[in-house]
Amino acid sequence: MRQIPMVDRVALAIRDLAVQFESEQGIVRALDGVSFDLHAGRTLGVVGESGCGKSVTARSILRLVDRPGRITAGRMLLDPATPDEIDLAALDPESRKMRDVRGGRIGLIFQEPMTALSVHYTVGNQIIEAVRQHSDISAAEARNRAIELLREVGIPRPETRIESYPFELSGGLRQRVGIAMALAGDPEIVIADEPTTALDVTTQAQILSLLQRLQQEKNIALMLITHDMGVIAEMADDVAVMYLGRVVEFAPVHEIFATPRHPYTRALLRAVPSILATPRQRLSTIGGAVPHPGSRPSGCPFHPRCPEQLGALCSEQVPKPVPAGRSGASCFKAEREHEAVA
Amino acid sequence: MVIYLLRRLGLALVTCVFISVLTFIIIRLPPGDFVDAYIANLASNGSTVSGEQAEAMRREYGLDRPVVVQYARWMGRVLQGDFGVSMVWRRPVTEVIGDRLWLTMVVSVSALFLTWMIALPIGIYSAMRQYSFGDYVFTTLGFIGLAIPNFLLALILMYVGFRYLGLNVGGLFSAEYIQAPWSLARAWDLTKHLPLPAAVLALAGTAQLIRIMRANLLDELRKPYVVTARAKGLTERRAVLKYPVRAALNPFASSIAYLFPYLVSGSIIVSLVLGLPTVGPLLLQALVAQDMFLAGAIVLLLGFMTVIGTLVSDVLLMWIDPRIRLGGR
Repeated sequence: MRQIPMVDRVALAIRDLAVQFESEQGIVRALDGVSFDLHAGRTLGVVGESGCGKSVTARSILRLVDRPGRITAGRMLLDPATPDEIDLAALDPESRKMRDVRGGRIGLIFQEPMTALSVHYTVGNQIIEAVRQHSDISAAEARNRAIELLREVGIPRPETRIESYPFELSGGLRQRVGIAMALAGDPEIVIADEPTTALDVTTQAQILSLLQRLQQEKNIALMLITHDMGVIAEMADDVAVMYLGRVVEFAPVHEIFATPRHPYTRALLRAVPSILATPRQRLSTIGGAVPHPGSRPSGCPFHPRCPEQLGALCSEQVPKPVPAGRSGASCFKAEREHEAVA
Repeated sequence: MVIYLLRRLGLALVTCVFISVLTFIIIRLPPGDFVDAYIANLASNGSTVSGEQAEAMRREYGLDRPVVVQYARWMGRVLQGDFGVSMVWRRPVTEVIGDRLWLTMVVSVSALFLTWMIALPIGIYSAMRQYSFGDYVFTTLGFIGLAIPNFLLALILMYVGFRYLGLNVGGLFSAEYIQAPWSLARAWDLTKHLPLPAAVLALAGTAQLIRIMRANLLDELRKPYVVTARAKGLTERRAVLKYPVRAALNPFASSIAYLFPYLVSGSIIVSLVLGLPTVGPLLLQALVAQDMFLAGAIVLLLGFMTVIGTLVSDVLLMWIDPRIRLGGR
């Protein structure tokens, strides 16, 4: 008899999430029906070009979307199908419950470790604050916990580093501090929004392996936002490819690389520089630019840039979204191929 | 850190020397000298002074010596606290300025505190609730406050205060206390007179400060560290007050340098309109009457206050911003 492994527990289920920004120029649909699951102990890589809604998704989960953005539809279920199920989309963003979720249940790691930390306070101050926000312990205990956290993320001499200001640390150490801070409330879900984009390559590798180690130790459900296919290959178990506020393809990582279903995924993969390329070979790019979400194309949002579009079908009708929890692509061509195989 | 402070202190001293030279030049800019003015003054009263007497006076004041020596002697006396004698008041300059200096500082400091107490919370509110109804109200009021000249506001408030509220308007003391020695009753009388000038002086500054605070804070609110703080689970209020507000205070600390001289001079025009016995009008009188020693002393004082203000804001910045404090480390 096969035992269902712990890692299959769904920690967070996002369903049909829609976020709009209303301005005088009109309504911008930043997210347009996003669905996916985060599993304990697994890494979901979220990939896509700038402006596709990766970061808005992260902020929406924590209910930190700035005005005039607001969630217009969808559910975000923490511990779905259990008695403790909470719909984050239904909570008041400033409520006690939501604030307990922030940092306590879901930790956030940032892209730019310099601007994400305040230069006015020591790293100790900023970590201890996060520790005490989620547990009722004395200042001395919180300090010990902060030192322990710094040691866990691999910062040498944490007893002295805790008195440092962020600008006294290197980029890599700062990002480690950012990770320690995200872990301060012992969250079971961690969202990392391009955690290595601002770092040099060697530091990137170190930070990624640190994240991997921490995830295994703590059985964390990790949502890793990136535009780097290399990072996805290295880190992700599942991949959600986003385009213009929609998940256009969802699949386990090996399928994404071996048998990508969506033309956009294929285009992204072609745009990865290869060490096997012949010298002076031009790097493949995706034609055109991401349309402004305020002037969304009709039909399939990718059809104006799609090399494989099927004409009127693609430009007039919107393909079905990828059902949550299952592999698939939101694409008419992929649907046909799938039917042909079946 | 110590090196930073010492360097600042050294620069401040050098600046002070330059200020004193400039002041000396300004004092001597009008044609003639103190003795000429004195003689002219006496002549207008019908008395005359002989050429020998004039020479004797010049020798006494050292006016026959080279300019450099005169400057050195003047500075020597200033360093001992002797700013010379005011020609208009016929009393030592220190005495003339003395009492007024304290009154000016009382008025200015109360105005400053009033400004901060009103402006900082409103600025923070306006930034946190940008484009809300409240923000628009304060913005409108702020621009009206910026657009109305101080003296007009002083006149209006005087009229309203006197006509409808029965307040004591004009001056800082009731008639019976003007020349009276300091006592509890006189201090109380001052307290009763203080709100109007403090309010007039505060309001214009308030409007400006609200705009500055709002703009500074709006810049800071967009920075990622605010999201970090909120992602820890802090309330919006706590996160904003601890992080971006602190960062937005940096420019305030710098502006103290400009506020210091204002603390001793007060606003000249408002003081004239409200009849306040502050240093501002005194400077105006001294300049009009070519009362060189008095004017010189005040100009020197203003210059030194600017330097002291700069030092204070440097120290404050060091305290607020660890990047400066630890710059040498």
